[in-house]
Amino acid sequence: MNYRLRVNPIACTGHGVCAELLPELIELDPWGYPILLSPAVPAGVMDHAKRAVDACPTLALLMEDVTGP
Amino acid sequence: MSALLHGPALWYATRATGLVTLLLLTASVLLGLLTSGRFGGASWPRFLTVGLHRNLSLLVLVFLALHVATNVIDTFVSIPLTAAFIPFASSYKPFWLSLGAVALDLLIALVATSLIRNRLGLRAWRRVHWAAYACWPIALAHGLGIGTDRKTIWVFALTLACAAAVAATVTWRFVSTARPGAR
Amino acid sequence: MTSLAQSAYRAPELGLPRLLAGVSYYHPTGLAEHEDLYGPLHLPPVSPHQGHAQRQRQRLIEVVERSGLTGRGGAGFPAGKKMRSVAALAGSDRKGRAVVVANGAESEPASCKDRLLLTRAPHLVLDGITLAAYAVGAGEAHLVVHGNEDELLDSLEDAVADRDTLGVDPVPIQVTGIPGRYVSSEQSSIVQYLNGGPAKPTFSPPRPHERGVNGWPTLVNNVETLAHLALIARYGDGWFRGIGPPAEPGSALVTVGGAVNRPGVYEIEMGTPIGQVVTLAGGPSERLQALLVGGYFGAWLPAELAWPVPMTHAGLRAVGGAMGAGMVIALPITSCALAETARVVSYLAEESAAQCGPCMFGLPALADALIELAYEGGRGRAVRAIATLLPLIESRGACRHPDGATQFVRSALTTFAADARWHDQHGSCYGVNRAPLLPVPGDDEREWDWT
Repeated sequence: MNYRLRVNPIACTGHGVCAELLPELIELDPWGYPILLSPAVPAGVMDHAKRAVDACPTLALLMEDVTGP
Repeated sequence: MSALLHGPALWYATRATGLVTLLLLTASVLLGLLTSGRFGGASWPRFLTVGLHRNLSLLVLVFLALHVATNVIDTFVSIPLTAAFIPFASSYKPFWLSLGAVALDLLIALVATSLIRNRLGLRAWRRVHWAAYACWPIALAHGLGIGTDRKTIWVFALTLACAAAVAATVTWRFVSTARPGAR
Repeated sequence: MTSLAQSAYRAPELGLPRLLAGVSYYHPTGLAEHEDLYGPLHLPPVSPHQGHAQRQRQRLIEVVERSGLTGRGGAGFPAGKKMRSVAALAGSDRKGRAVVVANGAESEPASCKDRLLLTRAPHLVLDGITLAAYAVGAGEAHLVVHGNEDELLDSLEDAVADRDTLGVDPVPIQVTGIPGRYVSSEQSSIVQYLNGGPAKPTFSPPRPHERGVNGWPTLVNNVETLAHLALIARYGDGWFRGIGPPAEPGSALVTVGGAVNRPGVYEIEMGTPIGQVVTLAGGPSERLQALLVGGYFGAWLPAELAWPVPMTHAGLRAVGGAMGAGMVIALPITSCALAETARVVSYLAEESAAQCGPCMFGLPALADALIELAYEGGRGRAVRAIATLLPLIESRGACRHPDGATQFVRSALTTFAADARWHDQHGSCYGVNRAPLLPVPGDDEREWDWT
């Protein structure tokens, strides 16, 4: 199963919860908005990634299934 | 056993769980306001506000269930289970009890939609979540109006403190919408 | 037999003009004149038999695919491929649950080609809409233009009414005015507006061709693309491919401006070298330093480098440029390129839909840094500050607005690297005092509504 993180930039209002919960993959820019260091989610942080997706107050962090055909 | 059902134990339990429910609900509302108001800093991470808001809301349901159960089981006053959900289904202080029922219904809607938020979509979830601004004052009014502990100073003081805390935080939340990106 | 035209009209000569044949300076070409010039559009009636109707639609789509027509709105996407995907998603049902939207909302200040078509050759565009609706089985068709252009709206509605009296369009064409904001002409903005929302871009998926107006598959095409379609349907794909390179055939409208003797809209063969395009427009009026090709989401190219480059998407990409919607602006050596760039980026920053943080905050910061570099001198750090900002902005918005702006700025820093270094060290140059060249709407012409 291959998953990929993606930010919906319109929904995102820069709460920054995702960067707190997933610092391995998410950093904040000078204005408080998330930068995805890598869209791919390594297996080791999958739980943290799911938690970050769940915790986003505006449902702006998305986990997409990109498992091949 | 019947002494438990007739005596004052259930009576105290119902009032106690009611008060705790109100305190937890107030805390949840405060944390919800802090979340949307972007409260947080180096020493208080935002995921803590978000996480506590969620967990305390679920705890509210637990104490609310106990509050309802003790009320229904208590045979001193006959209150059917339906009165917990449907307004005016009981003859005991119908108006004030109904406020409790309305608050409970709203709370169920709030929690249920939040649990399926991913499937519901943000817009629909948000529209329902505005009901929180109705749920809390109705619950507060239910507590005050039902009259049981109106004369107990410390309960009254605690209720006032809850009201003051929410009022102050609501003001903070809406005054600081000058923050960029806030909606 | 590669055309659908049932008329007795022979295909015209292969050359130019095509879209601009018969365009009058004084009035729009009326329906009768249009049919005299190009021949009537004889669209075979849609067969009541579902399978046959589908084959009819397929035939038109195949002609478009073979013609190699690419979108003329800036992206250059193959028109036939787009049509095919919308038609496929619309399914074979005859309920007409697909929508065609003609994008005539030309928000690029430096471009007037769509405006020319709509004011002078509207029936080409309207024919194209009807053909596109036929090809994808659409039950609804819209022509979208800027809402504050009352005269244009009126003249288009008159043109549609003329066609209605003769029953030319099986699917009625609705002319709609939308807000004239820069990002409002994006596909997803138009779709959101037609669905009742503000004219702001939306997050994708879903894309308009999957779920657009009314939630149905929606084909959004630039009005020039549809005008070409009107001629392809009459004269066939072979005729269309008669000019231009095989990969990007046909003709295109380009808007030439800046320091040229005869600025305006010209119809060229695709692949015409940029220098020849400038010559068509009367040649440079002053000595040139650079050319801005592709508009404000395009790229600056040094004049000597750009001169032999063919006007095609591939040709311009190969030199780090972009064709965009075919605009060429000539920058003379007496202008300060950085000042021009700074002014445009300030405009682009104000035109952000303010939905996404990186664009909403990044573009103004970029504009400020450019203004400082151009007008005050960078104190040795402005170029680096700009270079740091660029990766924080690109690809981090929901639409192309921030990316277009950063591409524009990158090309400026590359093409005018020497100027940038000089400004950084020494301050502003004399060129900043020259009258502004790149068109940016003045405050009184700006609109601020989204609905």
